[in-house]
Amino acid sequence: MQATRSIRLPRKLSVCRLIHNHHILRSSDPAGRTTSFGFRTVPEESKESLVKGVFDSVASKYDLMNDASSLGVHRLWKDSFVDTLKPGRKGPLRCIDVAGGTGDIALRILDHARENYADRETTVDIVDINAQMLKEGFMRFKKTMYHNTPQVSFHEANAQELTASQFKNDSYDLYTIAFGIRNCTSIPAVLSEAYRVLKPGATFACLEFSKVNNPLLSTLYDQYSFTVIPLLGTILAGDRNSYQYLVESIRKFPSQPDFAQMIRDAGFSTGGDFDGGAWTELWGGIASIHTGVKI
Amino acid sequence: MSVICTSFPPIIRVGAHSLMKPMYSSYRRIHGWNSVINTSQARSFVALAASPRSSSHATNRNSRSVHTNARLQPAYPGHIPLTPFETGVLAVGSALMSLIDTRRADMVAACGETTAGPTLVKLRDTMLESPEGRRILKEMPRINSQTLDWEKLRSLSENTFGRAYVRWLDACKVTPDSREPVHYIDDPELAYVMQRYRETHDLYHALFGFKVSALPELALKAFEFTNLGFPMTALSLGASIRLKSPQRARLWGEFIPWAARCGSHARCLLTVYWEERWGQDLDEMKKEFGVWDPPAGLTIPRASRIDFP
Repeated sequence: MQATRSIRLPRKLSVCRLIHNHHILRSSDPAGRTTSFGFRTVPEESKESLVKGVFDSVASKYDLMNDASSLGVHRLWKDSFVDTLKPGRKGPLRCIDVAGGTGDIALRILDHARENYADRETTVDIVDINAQMLKEGFMRFKKTMYHNTPQVSFHEANAQELTASQFKNDSYDLYTIAFGIRNCTSIPAVLSEAYRVLKPGATFACLEFSKVNNPLLSTLYDQYSFTVIPLLGTILAGDRNSYQYLVESIRKFPSQPDFAQMIRDAGFSTGGDFDGGAWTELWGGIASIHTGVKI
Repeated sequence: MSVICTSFPPIIRVGAHSLMKPMYSSYRRIHGWNSVINTSQARSFVALAASPRSSSHATNRNSRSVHTNARLQPAYPGHIPLTPFETGVLAVGSALMSLIDTRRADMVAACGETTAGPTLVKLRDTMLESPEGRRILKEMPRINSQTLDWEKLRSLSENTFGRAYVRWLDACKVTPDSREPVHYIDDPELAYVMQRYRETHDLYHALFGFKVSALPELALKAFEFTNLGFPMTALSLGASIRLKSPQRARLWGEFIPWAARCGSHARCLLTVYWEERWGQDLDEMKKEFGVWDPPAGLTIPRASRIDFP
């Protein structure tokens, strides 16, 4: 019995832009607001719990899967990210690392400040919506010198609605979010919360997967993402669906200029709309660092 | 072609496919989809696929998932179509992972499915050649805690197969629900044959009384290799390097010779309609199939033949 073959779709780039525009139109539809969950369209209210399910499931093997699926390159990206920000250069900072559950960025920030500037007063508040991921981060920090010091603290909170009493206006010098913003239901809400808690003159920095514009690299990257990564998820973590969601959610994320515009819409001031301005591409656009300053 | 296809009119078959979009990219575990599959009472994969329930878990039926690569559509709930390259990667990866972490039953299952190759076709044809096997393929019975009648099984007399099965389940503290569904076989009927093998594996345990630790499992896998022919069962004997050497010596010295002789002598156990034979006497059943008890040491104690008042 032959399974029906699906119609071959036009090449990835145009299809993805179509979906992206469709998504923007959809989310402004008042009756039954929907958003994307990977390539599926789901009601807005359910995205949060679906994402929670994904991260509850991947938390214990998160670091292993990151290393396996990026062949260790994610470490280089995160090192680049923190080196660009140079925390501690102008004195101790109050940082907030959102969606930073397992603590990769927070640890790098504290180490950078300590090693380069002998700074032991910089603090990082790690915020994540998922308790399992925070638990993994807490355990990782227990193995470091920052455990039980005021330099690191863990908070379970929603990036779109940081409790005003706990996360006061104009209180942070640096807001980082690495590989987390594409999982949020409403990116503008996250950006406006970021704007609220940052002090004037402070920096917003986001490391996220982005659009690869080089067609050859893009083809190879797609093949790798949709073939190897779900298989790695099946073999290493016993969970194909979560990794299928993760690679699909990368495709649904806005392109670099669109995201830079969203950052500006939240009130930040960014560089120009080119690589090196509002964003810096890493590895041909597989990941990008977007920065903005609150004026 | 397969027996099942001819019993369904073409319209339903085509409709079944259009109802089954995008199965593998939806989050069945989160929505408990697998529990829906397991509660079906003797339903075929194809019947399930055609039922309206198969699309009820799509949260938004109006939007179709778009994939960047055009894959084959899933042919049954839980089907994950793979390209040949992916099948190869999964075969190697799952074999290695099963060796590294022997508790990963899903990896053993994936290894079995990706390496099955022509074995399933041969087994399906063997089933078609026997009247009992043909009945199994037509009715496609499933074995799980919903389809088994526990009261009736427990009420059977002591030396019957059904009673022995329940006694084995209690002694080893397992349930029939722990089987991973089939994902990587493209043809639904062959997928059923694979699923049947997985579900009847426990019945082979009960037939011989094998316990569930490493050594008896390997002995049973050796029996399955000579009886059914799955390459994965032979590959799994590679896991014997993880046994201690006295155990390994016992496996290769006593149990593998038994398995080789017994498995090749016996009739193909996939052609047995176990659900019709709960009340059959255990010894008579073994004589009928042409099997005999393994060497002592790996089996649960036989029930006493004297029924105490």
